[in-house]
Amino acid sequence: MRSRLTVGAAAVSVAVLALTGCAAAGDEGSASGELVIDVPDVPMHEELGDYEGSVDIVAWSGFVEPAWSDAFTEDTGCVVNRRVAGTSDEMVQLMRTGDYDLVSASGDASLRLIAGGDVAPLNLDLIPNFGDDIVEGMKGQLYDTINGKSYGVPIGRGANILQYNSEVVTEEPTSWSVAWEADSPYAGEVIAYDAPIYIADAAVYLMAHEPELGIENPYALDQEQLDAAIELLKQQNGIVSEYWADPAAQITSFVGGNTVLGTSWEVLRKLTEDDAFKSVLPEEGSTGWSDAWMLSAESDSPNCAYAWMDYTSSPEVNGAIAMNFGMAPANAAFCELDDAAQAHCDYYNATDEEYFSKVWFWTTPIEQCIDGRTDVRCTNFQEWTDAWLQVKG
Amino acid sequence: MNRRGHVAALLALPMLWLVGIYIFSLVMLLITAFWTTDPFTSKVEPGFTLRNFEQILTNPAYLSTAVRTLLIALAVTVLSILISIPLGIFMAKIARPWLRAVLAVAITLPLWAGYLVKILAMRVTFTDNGFFNWAMEPFGVTGPGFSQTTVVLTLTYLWLPYMAVPVYAAIRQLPPNLFDAAADLGSGAGRTIRTVVLPLIKPAIIAGSVFTFSLSLGDYIAAKFVGGSTQMIGSIIASNINLNPPIAAAFSVVPIAFVVIYLLSVQRTGALERM
Repeated sequence: MRSRLTVGAAAVSVAVLALTGCAAAGDEGSASGELVIDVPDVPMHEELGDYEGSVDIVAWSGFVEPAWSDAFTEDTGCVVNRRVAGTSDEMVQLMRTGDYDLVSASGDASLRLIAGGDVAPLNLDLIPNFGDDIVEGMKGQLYDTINGKSYGVPIGRGANILQYNSEVVTEEPTSWSVAWEADSPYAGEVIAYDAPIYIADAAVYLMAHEPELGIENPYALDQEQLDAAIELLKQQNGIVSEYWADPAAQITSFVGGNTVLGTSWEVLRKLTEDDAFKSVLPEEGSTGWSDAWMLSAESDSPNCAYAWMDYTSSPEVNGAIAMNFGMAPANAAFCELDDAAQAHCDYYNATDEEYFSKVWFWTTPIEQCIDGRTDVRCTNFQEWTDAWLQVKG
Repeated sequence: MNRRGHVAALLALPMLWLVGIYIFSLVMLLITAFWTTDPFTSKVEPGFTLRNFEQILTNPAYLSTAVRTLLIALAVTVLSILISIPLGIFMAKIARPWLRAVLAVAITLPLWAGYLVKILAMRVTFTDNGFFNWAMEPFGVTGPGFSQTTVVLTLTYLWLPYMAVPVYAAIRQLPPNLFDAAADLGSGAGRTIRTVVLPLIKPAIIAGSVFTFSLSLGDYIAAKFVGGSTQMIGSIIASNINLNPPIAAAFSVVPIAFVVIYLLSVQRTGALERM
């Protein structure tokens, strides 16, 4: 398989070239190959001023906790107001209200936020902790860097792994086929993720098993490729015991015995507190997620927000968030702090770029094919959402 | 103050609630159904299009989900009626007062627990290693797992009190001499229920069914937690509510239409006037 990083870098340069070219707003004719994203010109914060006294953050559960936000308030006087969001769509919607300064956006939300003019480019000079220690795989990704400007400060990442109950699945699966093929020995006991972005998981499988479809990037699907992915998902629907979006439901499904294998996160496997549950990153590779702090274009408290981004990028705090949520931290320096930190980093493959080279991080699908194709129009996220609802009929 | 003033004062608050908050927000939602969404930023843009409704009618997945939801709501209603009538007759006419009190508490007890708690309780009951399979194992029966059947059972569990309470109250009000007269004329228990009890409690059943039917139509949490891969109208609305609010709004018209059709058809029976 081609390295994800190279493809990502190529896509970024394509995007940059196209954007610095003459990409016009609302230009539907993408045949010419220009990236049809109108990135509004949002000004960048030039220099730090006085702290405003508070900062409002939309975050994933576990990202903003008193254990580290209290110390931040003590240092800066910025009171941290947290709003926990359950889905990326909800995060995008909340950021549109203009009531929040920061969001911990995942890759499937970030492009939408950037193109919608909801977040501002970041002045990395004001975030000294965003330095050399940020792991290689989280720098300058397409989902937070557009037009050469950075819009996100990496927090952490994780892969969507194949988890299985080793009491039932006695031989370690090497391929996702047990979760996709109709004749799987575990038909009826397979759990799948419940979101349109899961279409990319089908695409990753098709990349390996139906190369004639010509899928180069699971987030750049033309209509024909999307149809093939939906066909595969419908086939999977026949062997699925359940779809999960709620982590608690996923865990009880495995522990309760309704599910013996399916899509999971390392942290969810850990939470089953049962060694019978094992995980593997199959040979086809997988999808994954990568989160970054993004600053609202309408932030009332940019100085507190910058202070927060810097504070949470330090090895200690970034590591605390990663340990609390159960993911690989963005700041590799955390791993060298002590044995517990090293153990955490090892468990989540934090600095193992070879591991993550097999992971396609969530990216908002857009009409411009981010794999560089210019002769077709790719399907956008809304089309994915429509298509996704057909899977479950 | 004159009489008219009194009436106005009496109605001011309810009307403010009904028109200002309830109807206004609903109308605002329905207007959104004719708007469009930017496909990339998913920002809603005002305008006028019938495309959202067209999609509901032409997309087979949307249609089958609407039909499935309708069937689930009808099944929940029928099941609630089948449970409530014998239960109501037993409580009102046969049970001793202490047993009647116990049953009344047992029926209304689930109302005290949170909605989500009840759904999660059903989830725990119907997992493969759960209570149902454990209890039924000696009889060689395995449960439905997470499926459409479990959704119907869960929704019946949730909404049964809304049917059982009015049915019980209606049966209690039936004069005992009606039963005596039926017996004197040689009618058996089944015939008495069919020809005497049912016609008299029909308004109560219809009142209860409006609850069980419309609440089931709007639900999606049950499908999410005990439905396995079951999709209901609410699932589609929930999936689109952030990404494509216009289509979610258009879809929310579907259960409204079902309820209106239902109310119109029961109105023709004249049952609503006697409610």
